Amino acid sequence: MAQPLVKKDDDRDEEVEYSPFFGIEKGAVLQEARVFNDPQLDPQRCSQVITKLLYLLNQGEAFTKVEATEVFFSVTKLFQSKDLGLRRMVYVMIKELSPSADEVIMVTSSLMKDMTSKTDMYRANAIRVLCRITDGTLLTQIERYLKQAIVDKNPVVSSAALVSGIHLLQTNPEIVKRWSNEVQEAVQSRAALVQFHALALLHQIRQNDRLAVNKLVSSLTRGSVRSPLAQCLLIRYTSQVIRESANNTQTGDRPFYDFLEGCLRHKAEMVIFEAARAITELNGVTSRELTPAITVLQLFLSSSKPVLRFAAVRTLNKVAMTHPTAVTNCNIDMESLISDQNRSIATLAITTLLKTGNESSVDRLMKQITNFMSDIADEFKIVVVEAIRSLCLKFPLKHRSLMNFLSNILREEGGFEYKKAIVDSIVILIRDIPEAKETGLLHLCEFIEDCEFTYLSTQILHFLGIEGPKTSDPSKYIRYIYNRVHLENATVRAGAVSTLAKFGAMVDGLKPRIFVLLRRCLFDTDDEVRDRATLYLNTLGGDGAVVETGADVKEFLFGSLDIPLVNLENSLKNYEPSEKPFDINFVPKEVKTQPLAEKKAPGKKPTGLGAPPPGPPSTVDAYEKLLSSIPEFSNFGKLFKSSAPVELTEAETEYAVNVVKHIFDSHVVFQYNCTNTIPEQLLENVTVLVDGSEAEEFSEVASKPLRSLPYDSPGQTFVAFEKPEGVPAVGKFSNMLRFIVKEVDPSTGEAEDDGVEDEYQLEDLEVVAADYILKVGVSNFRNAWESMGADFERVDEYGLGPRDSLAEAVNAVIDLLGMQPCEGTEVVSPNSRSHTCLLSGVYIGNVKVLVRLQFGLDGPKDVAMKLAVRSEDETVSDAIHEIVASG
Amino acid sequence: MDSCPCIKNFLLLDSEGNRVAVKYYSDEWPTNSAKEAFEKALFSKTQKTNARTEAEIAMFENHIIVYKFVQDLHFFVVGAEGENELILVTVLQGFFDAVGLLLRGNVDKKEALENLDLILLCLDEIVDGGVILETDANAIAGKVASHSVDATAPLSEQTISQALATAREHLARSLLNCMYVPVPWLADDDAMGSSG
Repeated sequence: MAQPLVKKDDDRDEEVEYSPFFGIEKGAVLQEARVFNDPQLDPQRCSQVITKLLYLLNQGEAFTKVEATEVFFSVTKLFQSKDLGLRRMVYVMIKELSPSADEVIMVTSSLMKDMTSKTDMYRANAIRVLCRITDGTLLTQIERYLKQAIVDKNPVVSSAALVSGIHLLQTNPEIVKRWSNEVQEAVQSRAALVQFHALALLHQIRQNDRLAVNKLVSSLTRGSVRSPLAQCLLIRYTSQVIRESANNTQTGDRPFYDFLEGCLRHKAEMVIFEAARAITELNGVTSRELTPAITVLQLFLSSSKPVLRFAAVRTLNKVAMTHPTAVTNCNIDMESLISDQNRSIATLAITTLLKTGNESSVDRLMKQITNFMSDIADEFKIVVVEAIRSLCLKFPLKHRSLMNFLSNILREEGGFEYKKAIVDSIVILIRDIPEAKETGLLHLCEFIEDCEFTYLSTQILHFLGIEGPKTSDPSKYIRYIYNRVHLENATVRAGAVSTLAKFGAMVDGLKPRIFVLLRRCLFDTDDEVRDRATLYLNTLGGDGAVVETGADVKEFLFGSLDIPLVNLENSLKNYEPSEKPFDINFVPKEVKTQPLAEKKAPGKKPTGLGAPPPGPPSTVDAYEKLLSSIPEFSNFGKLFKSSAPVELTEAETEYAVNVVKHIFDSHVVFQYNCTNTIPEQLLENVTVLVDGSEAEEFSEVASKPLRSLPYDSPGQTFVAFEKPEGVPAVGKFSNMLRFIVKEVDPSTGEAEDDGVEDEYQLEDLEVVAADYILKVGVSNFRNAWESMGADFERVDEYGLGPRDSLAEAVNAVIDLLGMQPCEGTEVVSPNSRSHTCLLSGVYIGNVKVLVRLQFGLDGPKDVAMKLAVRSEDETVSDAIHEIVASG
Repeated sequence: MDSCPCIKNFLLLDSEGNRVAVKYYSDEWPTNSAKEAFEKALFSKTQKTNARTEAEIAMFENHIIVYKFVQDLHFFVVGAEGENELILVTVLQGFFDAVGLLLRGNVDKKEALENLDLILLCLDEIVDGGVILETDANAIAGKVASHSVDATAPLSEQTISQALATAREHLARSLLNCMYVPVPWLADDDAMGSSG
């Protein structure tokens, strides 16, 4: 046997391309497959041809429908052979071909015969093949055999049936659910993997029945589970039960924690790790609970197996985000991992250390990282840069060495994403650490001297324009900026011109020199650059004297655009050239929340033909157009805000109605979007009777009925109320839909002449304080907050009482105020005990409002909140507090 | 996370990143070109690492990859980001060792291609539609080699006569496989065989 092998090795030296499949070709193999039809089957040869076919499929060769069918039919012939090896290949081949329903019928009887065969291998494999290719109708025929197979004494057969059950549960749940008695029995099996498969299937069958899962877990955690895989499953199910029962137990020991801790002493590493990870992921885990898990993970850190080290360091990295002190014990082991061969492990170790490290270890750590940075890929470097940024924010005193590190790596080679991550980090540090500002800006200036990325250059120039003039010596940046005008492409040059102009506008002393530079830009080859230079020269006072620039000019040139760009784009598209100039004040400022509402709609209303939209395209300017086209409402003035649609009917009712509240300065218009979901009815003269007796400040002034509402085509009816001007009046309204209903002949679609008057009760509608606040975001909350000043600041504290979670309390307050969360502060990180949320908005009467909410947990569930409001008007600040106090 | 551990795919590639055998269970890679692109990227990311003594691990496009190399063969198992790494490596080790047993220690590309049927059956016995069937290498190899699941003796403890029988079968197979080697006297046989 040795000889031919040696011989072939020699061959390979001469011929590099050696492969038994060298030069294989689909057409030839398909020809060869004719041997399957021979009356005298040669099992060896047939096996080989199947191997070749599988090789072709494996290499990505596609068979046409005809080819696949042909191969499938000839393969079915091979069931005649009694050769075990060949039969195995036939099974694999059938699975690979995934035959169509009418082809499946061809092999069903053969497979069913194998399924009841005495040979275990036949039974196990036939079950897997048949379940893979079968559909629901056949399944009922073989169900009896499958149930038997689940409790078969041969573990391979039993596993085959259970795993097939796991797959079938996705397509035929009602059938598989009938097997739970057998599956239950299999859970008690002595064979390790049978237990694993049975447990997985049983849990999937019962996963929606919390009580049953609870029972399953409590019985198994007491008993003995043999297979490590099954034990891992049990740990997963247990943590699920813990998670779901968390709300019921107030204090005391966590149920099943002892089980998880016990698993840390299991003999299989996969179980130990699964348990350790489950403990670290418990909601609100205490440090006492964490300790044993951290201890085993620490042991894994010094394992010789990379996979174990990786798993441990990845888990500890996650723990470090919420419980950094719990991980500090592992720091020494972690430091030795910085030089790990596996770069994923090294990166995870470094970022963990950066999260857990204390102030004194920063310098040492930075030295180690510097060596490490040169030989890792960009994707890892980005992770490190982000970790360094958060470290610097944590220890602002260390900004010098960390900023130095960032500027050093900024000079080295790297791709765009990496460079962007560094620049972003420096920008954030400059913004948040005042002492770091000047050095940071100089680092950025040096970077743009030699920066190949236009995007980054323009971003940095823009940032320089904002921060540079506020520094002690603004003039030193001018050189860097003006160099760009000489050396860069048009985009960067235009950016540099704007930045120069900002210096000129903000620093009066520099103005004459800036003007000289700007005048030179008038001869640029690019028109955008020239245009900008001309604009700035003219608006900033063209004689270039040392004069103060007017505040309105500054605001015009450099003020922030508080209009969402999407809205501006839409308004510009809708603008028709005419005598009337485009007025930017008429662009809606509301941040669009519409996509969310639209996403919900299809889920709620699967009825009708292609699910009709609940109303007209409900963007802000579409509303505005719609309302201004109705003469009754034309004198109400400018639309302040339109709410998201509020459903007034349950889903799946005869008539679907939702309402949009349009707020004007001294009016409120309710727009009722109605849909008739009964094909046999035509509604006419549809109105909504609104009873405003619980809304004293409102009086009805007009209503606009809907003439006709045929099946499945939405229509609107409106009711308008007058209210005191500029006052955020609130109130509750009850609604009654009134209409004339006419029968429709579904075959002809024609309505009868006579109709009956009818009414339909709708749900109540409330106008709340949030309706008077526009969601308008600000890009930099801190700047906005400071420039607003503390003149009309109102601060007070509130107890919010017991809440499910901090996140729930935060969302409740955001919803109550109806303001725009800024800088992602609406997201509360899990397990945190305090949170700060920043909101901004515009109050009716066009008054800007900024809100800073500080939440803290006071006791186990009670949430306390400190509310600070700044606005341009003290009555508005008070009004916000009023909303919270009464809400 | 609350569900059963799941294998997304097995890859067995050669030292240039070409397929020897692959098996996908997840539909994240709908087309063959998507699969090939994934394999190529994965191969170039891992080829410089030393995964010959211990299985190595990497994060790649939101998957966890465990891998091990021997000779000119690269074994990969891919799982979800949140998967228990040690379960994945157990599957990889089962695959790796079972192939070693089936190829009788001669684990290289040539031997693997010559016994591709065994490799494919091996994959079929380890995972079914993403669900782990068996992780014990002896049990896997036993099921594949003996062509019968009720063979109780694991491959490593076969009696001499059994071993001889398997060896004889193996030899026959190797001889048959020689058909594809352009050796004159065998090529003649081949021509006769296919014409007959």
